[in-house]
Amino acid sequence: MVQNIIDVRNLSKSFDISSKEPGLKGTIKHFFRRQTKSLKVIKDISFEIKEGEIVGFLGANGAGKTTILKMLCGLIYPSEGSILVSGYLPFRRKENFLKNITLIMGQKQQLIWDLPPIESFYLNASIYDLDKFEAKKRIKKLSEMLEIDRELFIPVRKLSLGQRMKSELLAALIHEPNILFLDEPTLGLDINAQRNLRKFLQRYNKETNATICLTSHYMKDITSLCKRVICVHEGAISYDGKLDLLLKKLSPVKEILIVCRSEEDAIKLKNFGFTVKNKIKNEITIKIENNSITSSLKTILNNFDIEDLFINEPPIDEVIGKVLIKKNYDI
Amino acid sequence: MISNLIKRKIFTLLKVQYSNMLEYRVEIALWAISGIIPFFMLNIWTNNNLNESINISDALLSRYFLCAFFVRQFSVVWVVFSFEEDSLMGKVSPYLIQPLNPFFRYFAQHLAEQITRFPFALIIAFFFFIFNPESIWIPNLVILLLSIVSTFLSFLIQFLIQSIVACLCFWTEKASSIERLLFIPTLFLSGLLAPVVSFPAYVKSWIYLTPFPYLIDFPANLLSGNETNISGGLSMQILWIFLLFPLFKKIWSEGTKKYTAMGS
Repeated sequence: MVQNIIDVRNLSKSFDISSKEPGLKGTIKHFFRRQTKSLKVIKDISFEIKEGEIVGFLGANGAGKTTILKMLCGLIYPSEGSILVSGYLPFRRKENFLKNITLIMGQKQQLIWDLPPIESFYLNASIYDLDKFEAKKRIKKLSEMLEIDRELFIPVRKLSLGQRMKSELLAALIHEPNILFLDEPTLGLDINAQRNLRKFLQRYNKETNATICLTSHYMKDITSLCKRVICVHEGAISYDGKLDLLLKKLSPVKEILIVCRSEEDAIKLKNFGFTVKNKIKNEITIKIENNSITSSLKTILNNFDIEDLFINEPPIDEVIGKVLIKKNYDI
Repeated sequence: MISNLIKRKIFTLLKVQYSNMLEYRVEIALWAISGIIPFFMLNIWTNNNLNESINISDALLSRYFLCAFFVRQFSVVWVVFSFEEDSLMGKVSPYLIQPLNPFFRYFAQHLAEQITRFPFALIIAFFFFIFNPESIWIPNLVILLLSIVSTFLSFLIQFLIQSIVACLCFWTEKASSIERLLFIPTLFLSGLLAPVVSFPAYVKSWIYLTPFPYLIDFPANLLSGNETNISGGLSMQILWIFLLFPLFKKIWSEGTKKYTAMGS
């Protein structure tokens, strides 16, 4: 049986936020009497993640996804509740725990800006107690996997964003962590760089059985990497389960565009009893429930002279967009 | 374990930071030049014959201020500003989840900067001797070694004081303002502007209870050959390190609980 590697129970996090009214009056008031209030950004959440799982955290900006990742990796201290990651309390930041994890933030970098990335790699290798031979071996392997072997000796400031991100990834993975926390790792990358990064993460997960927790606003990252998603809405979990179940639930019907040989056939099909979205000449778009697609298509193909047929999946961004604004999903 | 830490981690950090510092050699040369305040003070002292009031010859006073310049060059600390910026911008986050306290990075950065600074400081000293040939002297080897140790201890004290102040970023966000408060006693009581011996006796007795005279005055007096209590000075430096280190550890451990990872 696969073990839970992350166990979160009734986790909450509050931040003290000070607010200031606009204008000079507000500034003076703020100077003499600062008003702070405690804002609960994570509200009593619980979940488990199994070893080797890739889990996507979905939510609108400010929903609390990054705060959850920061607590999981021990960067910030939880206000209430408990977290166990790989058997450790993350915020204690024990050496063995830190050697097991990594955090990659798309918008933050740890590479030394004026030096080639290879210097930062060797530095990280020594921080994680790797000897030079082992470090060399891992740098070679990872740089080949990430296709950056030629960029290792060029100063970081001269690298493109994609090359820099790959280098960041190498620096963060040199100690071969088995838990990866990725906060928008593809932010700002072009489509090819995004695809390569996703391919690399899939391969890394497959080869090392690493657990990956990922946040991203690019739905392609989520759909191609994560079977399971945790949706966060205003600091609470609104859905935790399989991504395909969520998609089915949110879009129970598919749209099918049928091109008939003649307009007469299109008219006959319109009156056959399907839910029709629209009809233009010999083209008709109907809506069919996911669970009756096979039988409905069989009926259409047997009874009508069809020239062509297209099944349209609803755009995933549109579907997920619904999740981000809803408080609860019971599936 | 400690030897492994020093041998592998610190040494690699130092190597990498030195390579990084070499990228900024022009800036470092300018910083070295900007530290010539003791030479201005020397000028004020000699032009006004102030050295007579403390019974120090011109040559000894020149040596004192040259040594004060050297000690300052190798003990200057700016960790509070680096940490404050990194903390507010969220840059410290990746380092916090590595099995090495981020302050080791800053420590290595300072040491690497000092190594880079060394040749520039020598050039400045060379020019100083051209204009003040009467102050040329060769310290004996033991004194030289003790002065190097003492300067390093002075650097450690200042690094610890600033690291403690830097940790206040976890509460106040602008910890460098607190450092500004410390800058004034550091300037006046450390011996940078005047040897501590020139202060009235009752003031001196209080000054010697603070860490400030051990930052510049003691190592500079030691190196320049002025009369000084070597064992007493070194003991006080070590005592201050032993007092400040646990304070730093405590404030660091409490502070990181407050860290909000802003900007990331």
